[in-house]
Amino acid sequence: MTPEQLYDILAKYAQSQGIRLNKDREFVMDIMRGLLTNEQRYGYRSCPCRLSWGDREKDRDITCPCVYRDPDIKEYGSCYCELYVSVEWNEGTREHRQVPERRPKEKRRTI
Amino acid sequence: MTAKKAKIRLYTLSTCSHCIRTKKFFKEEGIDVEFTDVDLLTDAEREKVMEEVRKLNPDCSFPTICIDDKVVVGFNEERIRKALGE
Repeated sequence: MTPEQLYDILAKYAQSQGIRLNKDREFVMDIMRGLLTNEQRYGYRSCPCRLSWGDREKDRDITCPCVYRDPDIKEYGSCYCELYVSVEWNEGTREHRQVPERRPKEKRRTI
Repeated sequence: MTAKKAKIRLYTLSTCSHCIRTKKFFKEEGIDVEFTDVDLLTDAEREKVMEEVRKLNPDCSFPTICIDDKVVVGFNEERIRKALGE
């Protein structure tokens, strides 16, 4: 799959969920490449913005879309990676803030 | 010390768009940096580098940006410029 094909699929998926992909296409294409790299490397689309364990079970919570996406969009208007965003975030009617890591410390790869 | 002479070390992931944006920022500013893509390291190398990251940023999130003795976590242009003394 090419990054462009993945973009088209995820853009439709986001829309169906009532959210959007970040309108900064160049930024999002880097995320598409990161997701496809991780899929090739680990066998699943591990979050490109987090250090993967390389273990599907241990990374289940950060397999994109991660389980933190919805609470992050609710609280900050975007997910941790700024891939998935709210309509308001894209329209600029919601402030863009750095999203802190919501993944619990014990789950993170720190080694 | 002028901003251009600051010692800058980036801990990044090759797949991470915030990390890519950070590298691009320093490149466009003409500021030399050393960076390590942690996801591309061997297990032994990563273990050593993550020990450095843990000391600078216990959250171990990326990018971790070290500007002399100041640490900025994530791509935050305002904080980076402040750490550069601009």
